[in-house]
Amino acid sequence: MQKQKRHRYVLSRQLDQFFFEVYAITKFTGQFFREVLLPPYEFREIVRQCYIVGYKSLALISLTSFITGIVFTKQSRPSLEEFGAASWLPSLVAIAIIRALAPLVTALIAAGKVGSNIGAELGSMKVTEQIDALEVSAVNPFRFLVVTRVLATTLMLPVLMLYMALIALMGAYLNIHANEQTSFPAFIQNAFQSITFLDIFSSVLKSAIYGFTIGIVACYKGFTTTRGTQGVGKAANTAVVAAMFLIFIEEMLVVQVINWFRN
Amino acid sequence: MKKRQVHINKDHVVISIRGLEKSFGKNQVLRGINLDIYQGENLVVLGRSGAGKSVLIKILAGLMRPDKGEAMVLGKNVAQLHYRELDQLRLKIGFSFQHSALYDSMTVQENLEFPLRRHAKHLSEDEIQAQVRESLKAVGLLHAMNQLPSEISGGQRKRIGIARTLILRPQIMLYDEPTAGLDPITSMEINGLINHVQRQYHTTSVIITHDLTCAKATGDRVAMLLDGQFVRVGSFEEVFTGADPRIKSFYDYNFIT
Repeated sequence: MQKQKRHRYVLSRQLDQFFFEVYAITKFTGQFFREVLLPPYEFREIVRQCYIVGYKSLALISLTSFITGIVFTKQSRPSLEEFGAASWLPSLVAIAIIRALAPLVTALIAAGKVGSNIGAELGSMKVTEQIDALEVSAVNPFRFLVVTRVLATTLMLPVLMLYMALIALMGAYLNIHANEQTSFPAFIQNAFQSITFLDIFSSVLKSAIYGFTIGIVACYKGFTTTRGTQGVGKAANTAVVAAMFLIFIEEMLVVQVINWFRN
Repeated sequence: MKKRQVHINKDHVVISIRGLEKSFGKNQVLRGINLDIYQGENLVVLGRSGAGKSVLIKILAGLMRPDKGEAMVLGKNVAQLHYRELDQLRLKIGFSFQHSALYDSMTVQENLEFPLRRHAKHLSEDEIQAQVRESLKAVGLLHAMNQLPSEISGGQRKRIGIARTLILRPQIMLYDEPTAGLDPITSMEINGLINHVQRQYHTTSVIITHDLTCAKATGDRVAMLLDGQFVRVGSFEEVFTGADPRIKSFYDYNFIT
């Protein structure tokens, strides 16, 4: 009886904490939309953050996307060959990469690399009073640190996604060329035959949403860090886990919405 | 080391604290404190760790809100200011943090340039560079200009932190534990720097510390904060010649243990 009561108490506390967190992050997002419209606009810092989020992720994105392209093509080939449909391989690969793989894989890589970076950076700024130092020197820390980073992730994720799709298609082409001696123009023509404007637009939109999610979650976790260096590690870790979790939920919802448009 | 006398304008109250209260949950750290701080003076707030000293200067800088009472800084009630007015007031206040709070992604030079680029937009690039050099020279760290905060010592970081707050020529300086974690010689250098800032820039300073050597070396007046209240305010000698056993034990522990 006593044990049951204790379990119920722990569960209710965890639920309380979960709902409080949902409320706090919603409030934080609301503050972003208020602050993003107000001057002064931190253009220099936005460009610097775009450079960090975009340019500094290129090497990792290049390698993973190239491998994704090759592996996906290699694994799809036997199934298509079974039905005598190996000639559809470029189309299948292009659809899979542009509609699903590029936005999702880019978002997951960015959540790991950029999300943890932002969470740890802002977390350590919080515990070493650097955020307070900004505030007492009459700089709005939310606008300077949060708005710039969230805008950078929102703007850069679609760019990284398009870059990833391109490199993954290169990987796919190499594999197809090695097996069937297909020329590059023929591959591109075949691949883009079944891609519509809606496919590209929806992937760009999805990436922007994922980028926004990564930025907001990582900034929130960093900004609310407590308990010293231990808290910084926790902020970086939970920023990645929470962002990845939300990305999968958003993927499910966005695909539903896009399918309504498609029909 | 005894402090050299400076001119204090006792007709002009720069900071006025009235009935200030602040609690964290059930822990009431400030219990209705009152104090006036005059133009040009160094006031040291002494007290044990957790006594609410840092809370007091965070309220003065608008980083925390009091539960009750008012903190008037340069004639303005900090807690009631709109954020734009608060930012205007903050430009007149320099805050030196306990751990310096230098921006660790920036070099020493960029740390000093940052406030100028934000708030002194009328300055040319050459003027900014000249001011940065002058400030670094004043704290004796011109050679550390291109280093990152992680590459310099704790004492140097403290001095850079003070230089960064001074670069906008504030009227008020708030020092949070300026000598905490420093060796006695570096502490002495920091105390000298605090006095130099007072004489050179005619600032009014509030120095939060539990280091009696720092209090004696820098304070024109000392305010002893115990159990959430100022139990005695006066010169260093006045505060420590009384019969209050709590103050006596604070003195004994500082110098004996």
